[in-house]
Amino acid sequence: MAPLHPTRGSVFGWMRKSARTEALLGVALAGPWIVRLVVLHLYPIIAATYYSFTRYSMIKSPTWIGLGNYIAMFTRDRLPMQALYNSFYYSIGAVPLQLTLGLFLAILLVQNIRGLSFFRSVFFIPTIVPAVASSILWLWLLNSRVGLINEILVNIGLPRIQWLSSPRWIKPAFILMSLWGIGWDTVIFVAGLQNIPRHLYEAAEMDGAGLWARFRNVTVPMLSPTIFFNLIMGIIGSLQIFGPAYVILRGASQGGPQNSALFYVLYIFRQGFQYFEMGYASALAVFIFLIILTMTALVFKSSAVWVYYEGSR
Amino acid sequence: MSTSDLQYPTAEAQVSWRERLAGKTFTVAVQRAAIYTILILASVAFLFPLAWMVSTSLKVKSQVMAMPPVLIPNPIRWANFPDALNAPNFPFPLLLKNTLTYCVLATLGVVISCPIAAYSFARLRWPGRDLVFMATLATMMVPGTVTLIPTFIIFRYLGWTGSYLPLIVPAFFGGAFYIFLLRQFFMSIPMELSEAAIMDGASHLTIMLRIVMPLAKPALAAVALFEFLADWNDFIQPLIYVTSEKMFTLSLGLYAFRDRWETRYDLMMAAGLVVTLPILVLFFFTQRTFIEGIALTGIKG
Repeated sequence: MAPLHPTRGSVFGWMRKSARTEALLGVALAGPWIVRLVVLHLYPIIAATYYSFTRYSMIKSPTWIGLGNYIAMFTRDRLPMQALYNSFYYSIGAVPLQLTLGLFLAILLVQNIRGLSFFRSVFFIPTIVPAVASSILWLWLLNSRVGLINEILVNIGLPRIQWLSSPRWIKPAFILMSLWGIGWDTVIFVAGLQNIPRHLYEAAEMDGAGLWARFRNVTVPMLSPTIFFNLIMGIIGSLQIFGPAYVILRGASQGGPQNSALFYVLYIFRQGFQYFEMGYASALAVFIFLIILTMTALVFKSSAVWVYYEGSR
Repeated sequence: MSTSDLQYPTAEAQVSWRERLAGKTFTVAVQRAAIYTILILASVAFLFPLAWMVSTSLKVKSQVMAMPPVLIPNPIRWANFPDALNAPNFPFPLLLKNTLTYCVLATLGVVISCPIAAYSFARLRWPGRDLVFMATLATMMVPGTVTLIPTFIIFRYLGWTGSYLPLIVPAFFGGAFYIFLLRQFFMSIPMELSEAAIMDGASHLTIMLRIVMPLAKPALAAVALFEFLADWNDFIQPLIYVTSEKMFTLSLGLYAFRDRWETRYDLMMAAGLVVTLPILVLFFFTQRTFIEGIALTGIKG
């Protein structure tokens, strides 16, 4: 490193001192973040786990009740499982559609045609509309009597749908709303697609691969790390849907018709910030945390089979 | 995929050279037409909700729910905007001031704290660095739901609830996603630049401020934009921490507006547009930074 130094001893001495300075500086610069990491990320996980075994209304200090909260959420209280079902329904409906449509649009956006950045911006714009604004917009679009979506349905000969007032349609309504925001996924897919070397497609074409074969054997494997990224983020995000539901249902007190849109985080919010049952809300939160953790771990495990990292073979 | 195909130099191909080229050109033209058709249809679908928002916001009350729906308002009622902005529970100037306070301070915090931490992770060696970085990555996977309640209890203990402190102070301590993004960017700057500067007697702080930060301007701009957008659109945090109406942000104000003017979609859409427009304008002028910033996040995910 420092060949200009006259003797071996002094080189080492200099290096050791500089290494120490570097380490001190490194810790100092990362310091504020380490504080936040501990106080606002690590400690809360431990605290939530502790609170989940207590009864805690914030007026008195927490009292230990063992597994009481967990037993209650699986037996006495029927709503947590209903809420979990709702969130899963939403996630299973929304994520695959988001990924498929996002990828489809992204593939169109990397073709050799004019006006690409225009189209890309068009797909991206809905993702930057504030959640409250887009929710009231969809409230209006999905209005069952005079909403535009139903008008379109009627015009093409389909029946009107009670989007937000029937237990059957309210979750599909939220899925539909989420599709308006796939622009973010699309932009990430476009970036991934642009990194696939062209010569792979040319080689595949030389070998007589058609459109589908090229998609299946070049695009999917080369894009699999990006698909993986969007899938993980999609699962984590969708299972925690909150904002649009809170706005459309006017708060966390109502769960929609027959609690059909009582999403899990909405229920946590109700227990924690409306009933101030911080212990119970923590147990609910820890449970969804474990579920998301398990799902993420499963996807990570499966990724060994289907995610292809170039240069890691 | 490839649309610029030419003939292959095989004997067979050379025989029917002309026919094949003509056939290919035709196929390419058809493909192109199909792509344009789909893209245009999709664009219409994506823009239509916004167009409908604009249209509704400019209608007279009687036309809002007219059957069949009226696409282009006639007459155009601009007065919906002043009406919405002067509605008693939607004090727009105050809401805007509150939102900007939150956005500007939190963005400032993130722009100061994140590059410094990212620099430490990317360019300095210290014991435990990789472990802390792994923990940083892990926090991005931790659902916010689980930390929500203890975080609230911490801020309540500090007496910060009912103020903007819980929204702003954490930003000055960095954020996992931005640190990750900036670290990836810093790693791509050749180490030789730093080494040469050290040879010339420059300190790490000088290298960070004079060499690395200037090169990272686009990434820093992306971080600032992401944070500004996230704060402007933030709903759950103000909902939890802001208690008095005087401190409402635009999102909270718009939510309250909806509660009060349940059936007045003309006014609701006008208010919604006013809240959306500033962010759309910001996007219009910065879309390159935005899009390139997002591209940066997905690649090494």
